[in-house]
Amino acid sequence: MNTSGPVAPIPTPEFGVEIGRGRVRFVLARLRLMWRSFRNGWGIFMESRMGRLSLFTIIAFALMAAAHPILMAFVWDPATYDPVTGYSFDQVEQPAPPSWKHPLGTDPLGRDVLSQLLFSTRSEFVLGITAALVTVGIATFVGAVAAYYGRLVDSFFMRLADLIIALPAISLLIVLSALFHLNLFYLALIIGVLGGFGGTAIILKSQALSIKVKPFIEAARVAGGGDFHIIFVHIIPHLLPLALLYMMFTVTSAIFAEAVLSFLGLLDLRMSWGIMIHTANTGGYLLGGTRYWWLIVPAGASITLLCSAFYLAGRALDEVVNPRLRQRND
Amino acid sequence: MASASNTPETPNAQAAGSSAPDGEPLLAVHGLTKLFPVGGGPFRKPSSFIHAVDDVTFRLGHGESLGLVGESGCGKTTVGKLLVKLLEPTGGEILFRFAGDSAGAATEAPWDSAAISGRLLRSCGRRVQMIFQDPYASMNPRRTIYDIISEPLSVQGMGDVQYRVDRVLEILTLVGLTPAGGFLFRHPHELSGGQRQRVAIARALVIRPSFVVADEPTSMLDVSSRTGVMSLMQDLATELGVAYLYVTHDLAVARYMCHRIAVMYSGKVVELAETEELLRNPLHPYTKALLSAVPVPDPGHRRQLPDIRGDLGTPIDPPSRCRFHERCPAATEHCLDHPHPPMEEKTPGHLVACYEV
Repeated sequence: MNTSGPVAPIPTPEFGVEIGRGRVRFVLARLRLMWRSFRNGWGIFMESRMGRLSLFTIIAFALMAAAHPILMAFVWDPATYDPVTGYSFDQVEQPAPPSWKHPLGTDPLGRDVLSQLLFSTRSEFVLGITAALVTVGIATFVGAVAAYYGRLVDSFFMRLADLIIALPAISLLIVLSALFHLNLFYLALIIGVLGGFGGTAIILKSQALSIKVKPFIEAARVAGGGDFHIIFVHIIPHLLPLALLYMMFTVTSAIFAEAVLSFLGLLDLRMSWGIMIHTANTGGYLLGGTRYWWLIVPAGASITLLCSAFYLAGRALDEVVNPRLRQRND
Repeated sequence: MASASNTPETPNAQAAGSSAPDGEPLLAVHGLTKLFPVGGGPFRKPSSFIHAVDDVTFRLGHGESLGLVGESGCGKTTVGKLLVKLLEPTGGEILFRFAGDSAGAATEAPWDSAAISGRLLRSCGRRVQMIFQDPYASMNPRRTIYDIISEPLSVQGMGDVQYRVDRVLEILTLVGLTPAGGFLFRHPHELSGGQRQRVAIARALVIRPSFVVADEPTSMLDVSSRTGVMSLMQDLATELGVAYLYVTHDLAVARYMCHRIAVMYSGKVVELAETEELLRNPLHPYTKALLSAVPVPDPGHRRQLPDIRGDLGTPIDPPSRCRFHERCPAATEHCLDHPHPPMEEKTPGHLVACYEV
């Protein structure tokens, strides 16, 4: 029976020969496989400068978000440093420029800018990640289903996507915020749904189309697999890397949309980077040039940095997913 | 069914046509037709049809292997896909009659694969499997060898994990991938072409089907691993009692593998006979031309050019006369006026679709 001609040299079995006896070892072997592929991807991600830079920035912001409750509990007096209700009595005039007591100064209402900045970071993360998860969840499913069933299902979802792309998202959000009280969660949900049924769905569908025609899909059907099995076991796993990439881009657009809406004063939020700029604007300090820089620069720079960090993370992930983009260093 | 041919070239010819106890064939295909619409849309009727498979009739005994040969585009792969229900036939019937299985649920009446759906289709999947041409593309690159081979078991809900692992290890050993445990958690890209095709065979055979469609399983392999895979398939056929429909364009492969050969031309079976009978005594003009194109390992050999004109006719709405008429050296007025000739038994077990034979 062992008559095949050239048998490729088999690398030494990494899991030993006995694997498969006993359920625990079976699961362990599978986990090790997943760990190995994760480690490979991680290596490629960290090889790129964009990847390292973005990861460093995101971790820095995460630490900022984590630092705020600790500082409030142990270092800062809530009466002075609360991001919304605090007031700094020992300043002669508000807004006060940076000092030892207030490293980033105070805003026109006498509140500490650094405290506001740190407090807002957490909600930016929550907003971005919720919106991204909703987007990618919907887009992956819609893309896979539209590509798999084709015809009417496909036409319906693709025309819906065209419709959503045709609507200007920010204007739509402005209208919605006029009609409803938008808080952070609803905003994340709306941005997620708009992204999920919109452009991201089209991109993931086109990827799913190229998977659908592969012979292994036919092989799965011959094996007896139903539509559900083929979509979830064979098509969606191939979409996940691309979905992860678009998750990063959605985080960026969600943070940006929040900043715009808050700046216009349309969101029901306690504090955010957009509201910080909004406060400076309503006080008339925004057009004062660089004189009141501490009111604008911290929030503006944070929005820019975090957005670009997620965008760069997406680009670096793109290299993990798309081997063709990798730079050859040799 | 075909009686045993006793030529040395077909090693397990003694299994030919070994029918079920009741003498019924495993598979009876009658008038199978597949038309693909050309043009047309949701609101418009298609303007014409491609006659990919047109009124194909044949039978296949238990454990028998039938070769389906013909040039590219003649519809042989479409026949294979129709049999495993990857495509819905436009017309005709596909009747399987399996010998009683261990659960005692012997199929009482032959059932029509073309009219089956849902749950019954799954039990159909247990008995009918397919080996694909391309061992590189027919496996999901993200899944392990265990996932790939156990897929028929898991989607059909057979056994628990331990059972499936045992079956996969067993079938891996059977197809010669040893030590089997070392292959379980490999990915397809870590294997050579021959090894992958063995995995493909293992996947098709792991649920012990009665019938396997093999769609040119050796055409993508290099010559040295080709013989290995072919003899493996033959060994497994006798060991597990599997019947093959072997789709190929290579007459040498068909001769090595098959008890009987059916020659297809433009969607029609034009000649069907036992392998040696067909190769030694071809009756249909197309089969003769096909055989004369087989290379002869003799530098002094002067090839007699077959008297075949022109090119393969279009399969889009062909005229109802004989498909081979335009190219046929033996065509007469009779062929022009009459529909495509029916399959007739010219000598025992040798069916030809030609008026002039």
